[in-house]
Formats: sequence, structure tokens, C-alpha cells
Amino acid sequence: MFSRGWFLPIAAALGFSFLYAPIVSLVIFSFNESSLVTVWSGFSTKWYGALFNDPQLLGAAWLSLQIAALSATIALVLGTLAAVALVRFRRFRGRTLFSGMVSAPLVMPDVITGLSLLLLFVAMEGLLGWPQGRGMLTIVIAHATFCTAYVCVVVQSRLSDFDRSLEEAAMDLGASPVRTFFDVTLPIIAPALISGWLLGFTLSLDDLVIASFVSGPGSSTLPMVIFSKVRLGVSPDVNALATIIVGIVALGVLAATLIQLRSKPKKARA
Amino acid sequence: MSTTHEPTIPPPRRLRPWNAVERRLARVGITGRMLVLAAPVLWLLVFFLVPLAVVFGISLATKQFGRPPYSPLLTTTEEGTVQLTLHLSNYIRLFTDNLYVAAYLSSIRIAFIATVITLLVGYPMAYAIARAPDKWRNVLLMLVVLPFFTSFLLRVYALSGFMRGNGVINQVLGIFGIPPLAMMQTDFAVYVGIVYTYLPFMILPLYTTLVKLDTSLFEAAADLGARPLRTFLSVTLPLSIPGIIAGSMLVFIPAIGEFVIPSLLGGPETLMIGRVLWDEFFSAANWPRAASVAVAMLVVVVVPIMLLQRVQGAMVEK
Repeated sequence: MFSRGWFLPIAAALGFSFLYAPIVSLVIFSFNESSLVTVWSGFSTKWYGALFNDPQLLGAAWLSLQIAALSATIALVLGTLAAVALVRFRRFRGRTLFSGMVSAPLVMPDVITGLSLLLLFVAMEGLLGWPQGRGMLTIVIAHATFCTAYVCVVVQSRLSDFDRSLEEAAMDLGASPVRTFFDVTLPIIAPALISGWLLGFTLSLDDLVIASFVSGPGSSTLPMVIFSKVRLGVSPDVNALATIIVGIVALGVLAATLIQLRSKPKKARA
Repeated sequence: MSTTHEPTIPPPRRLRPWNAVERRLARVGITGRMLVLAAPVLWLLVFFLVPLAVVFGISLATKQFGRPPYSPLLTTTEEGTVQLTLHLSNYIRLFTDNLYVAAYLSSIRIAFIATVITLLVGYPMAYAIARAPDKWRNVLLMLVVLPFFTSFLLRVYALSGFMRGNGVINQVLGIFGIPPLAMMQTDFAVYVGIVYTYLPFMILPLYTTLVKLDTSLFEAAADLGARPLRTFLSVTLPLSIPGIIAGSMLVFIPAIGEFVIPSLLGGPETLMIGRVLWDEFFSAANWPRAASVAVAMLVVVVVPIMLLQRVQGAMVEK
């Protein structure tokens, strides 16, 4: 096997350095004194200060956080229901179409999703008078739609590998399916729900293309503001912002991993 | 004290409001299943399937000034008859204007080359993780997933800082006396960008198939005298084909429609269809043309999407 040789470890090490080197250099240069992003001229935190004095950036960040929280929550409900249907209901009419609709947004190119939703919103506004104009609401709807697919995948995998006899026991003892779901199923799949929500949250926070299509005047999300800055070239305050985001995400993923690792021994005991 | 009270003590009663609700709903023909399905089905119909139909409809309109900026498909004439007007001009233009044909071909080429490179980089990594000691495996997997959670846009930006003329790579090369390479604004930068951002999508499905492989197969092959490379080619590789297909499709499909990577890393001559659609919509404000570009893009990705679903279905059933 290769594993006894040198090839695999070296390939993996190179791969991981490829993944991390640009991020590490970005973090380092965010503390650079000079506005020339690539020449080191001394340690400084002034770009972080500049960040917190930029009302446009702060406003966009706040909007993005709200959108992310809302759409992740909607997606959590819809995605969990979809996962329950796909895993627990073996056969139902339109199952193939349903599973296709749930998973297609995962791979659908963003430009198509964005354009199609925008055209829908415009057509709906013409026909029904709703949604009036575009802004936070339309972005939330768009994000919830693709995040549902991600939540569904995460919850589905958790649902399909847990012991069904627990649910059957609850039902034998007279619990209704709804009661069983809330008392037995939900606590067991809770870690998956948390990671599904976090996944939806970060994906929404990250989206540039779809939001650009469905947002309206005055509702620029954080990635839209970043993109307009970055398009003009490298800017040191974006480095500082990126460092903060990387830091938060690293902490979040670490927390989620710990939660999942903790919940594993429990499963083994049960 | 009389004991006659005893029978009147009610048995431990469970509150089952849902059962009552369910019975009442069942009487009108609504089952619990339908309630579970209703919300996601309705949501996805309205916000996923219908929009695709709307795109198709508007691709058959033409640009006009006003709100909305496209010609109506259905109009009512003065006599009160409804008239359906469809324009095929957008599609004719797609096939006759070299820009569109070239953009489609070049998107497919770029996505394909980048997918192959991602596979070549990702496979050894996935294999190394699958064969790593148990305590290392979760840490390594987390390291793969972590960049995926970090902003996609910011990672592309980080890469551009890394590769630009006076960027880190060229500074390191400069130390060794190598003249700076012009990496940015080339197709090469786009390949690197796609590999960089989509690597986790390749590694995860590969890892899932590789970690399930029965190690006794390798031992059997080795016992029968197969050398490591031979074992890999005739045992490991064939058994990991589902993972290879799933990973490749997860990279190839979104890469075709990619917008951010070609616009931040590619040059002006890097033609990709996602960028063309973006420009049709935002710069030319030609919604029907953008819609027809989207429909044509859907046709290109529909076969890979179906392939992916088939493979994923097979992987889940195992």
C-alpha cells in the first residue's frame, strides 16, 4: 500500500499547505502597517480600526447576519421536514421529483438560481403585488431555498444511521408520531440540526451571486460590499475583515466538531 | 372510608392533543405524512421549480424598455382574445453569435481541466485521511471542511493576493533569483482558483468511499503478490469510482457556472458562461437574453446532475 510509503503523507501535507497558505498569508498581512498589502512594514492594527469606522461595511455586516440567521432558521425547519419525509416515508407519490428538488439546489450554478428567483419575484410582483420591491425579504427567501438542501443532506445522514427501534418503542408505548418525533427523534438528531443550521448560516453569509440578483437598492449584503472593494484591487481593510471572519468561523467549526464528538459516545452506549 | 371511590380514580391519562388533531384531519383526508411534506414541497415548488419555468418563459420574450424590461408573453387584444407571443431570437442569437458558443465551450473546457486537477490533488489527500490513524482522521477531516466554511469570496481574494505580481509566491521565487511569474489574469489562475475553492467537495465523497473499503482486500491482493501500485490500480481505484464520479460532478457542475473566480482571477479574455450571463443581466440589462443563456447552461449541466443523483443514490443505499 502507498500508506507505508512516503507518497501519501507528502501529498496530503502539500495539499493542506495549498489550502491554508493563502489564508495564513492574508491573516499575517492584515496586521501590516503599510497599505501596500504585500510588503511588510511593521505590525499595526490600524486596519481593524478602519473597519469599525466604516458605516457602510458595518451596516452590510449587520444586514448579512440578520439574513443569515433568518434563512438558516427557515431552512432548518424545511430541511428537517424534507429529510424526515425522505428517510422515513419509503414510498410516496412524486418521491423522485421531491428528492430531485431537494438536492438540485446543491449543485445548481448560482447565476441560474439568482436569475430565476429574481425573474420569479418580478413576475410575482406584477401578478400578485407581492413581494413589493426587492430587499432583505427576497434575499432571505432565496437563501432559505438553497440552505434547505444543505440542511436536508446533513439531517438525512443522521436520521438514516440511528436506531429506529427507539422510535418504535416510543410508538408501542402509545406515543403519537408527533410526540415520538419531539421526544425521541429530535434529541437524537439535535447535533445534526445544529450543524445544519450553522452550515446554512455560513452559506448565507457567504453568498455573493444570488444576493446580487435578488437584492434591491439599499440592501447590499457584506459579500456585495466586499466584492465591490476587491474588484478594484487588494485593500488592507478587507484583509482585516477576512481575518475576523476566519477567526469566527474557525471557532464555530471547532465548537460544532466538539459537539458532534461529544454526542458520539452517547450513541455507542445506547 | 369507603372504597367505592377507587374505581373512579382515572387511569394515568396521557395528554395526546396531537392524536385528536390527527384524527380530525384524517377525517377530511389529510394524513400526517401530507403535513410533513406540505411545507418543503410547497416551498421548493414555488421557489425552485416555478422560477426555472419562469426563466424558460422569459427566455422567449424580447428586451423592451419599461418595467418589467421584457415583452409580455400573453397580451389581450382589443377584441378580448388572448395572444401568445414567443420570440426565438435569443436562442438563434446563442447559436449564431460566436461569443456565446465560445463562452460555452471554454466554460466546459475550463471546468473539465480544473476538475481533473482537483481529482489529482484531492485523491491522495482523501486516501491519506482514510488510511490515517483514527484519532487523526477527525482532525484532518475538520481541516478539509474548515476552509469550506470560510467565505468563498474571501478565499478567492486571499488566493489573488498570493498569486499577484508582487504577491507571496513571486516574493519567494525572488529570493531564489527566479523572475516573477505572471499568474494572475490567466486561465491558469482560474484553474488554481477552482481547485483551491472546490477541493473539499472532491475530498469528502472520495473519503466516504475510500474509508469504507475493506482492508482485507488489500491484504489479499498483497498476499497474492500484487505490488502496491498494482493493488491500487486493480482494487482501490475501481472500488472508489462512485466517489470519483460524485466528487468530480460536485466540482464540475458549479465550476461551469462560476462567476466570482473568473472575474477576480481571470483575465479579460477568460470567457466563462456565468460571467456572460452576469454581464447580460447587469451591464446590458437584457433579461430575456440572460434567461436564454441560463436555459442553455441548464441543458449543459442537467446530464452531470442526473449522473450525480444516480451515484449518490447508490452510495446512500450501501
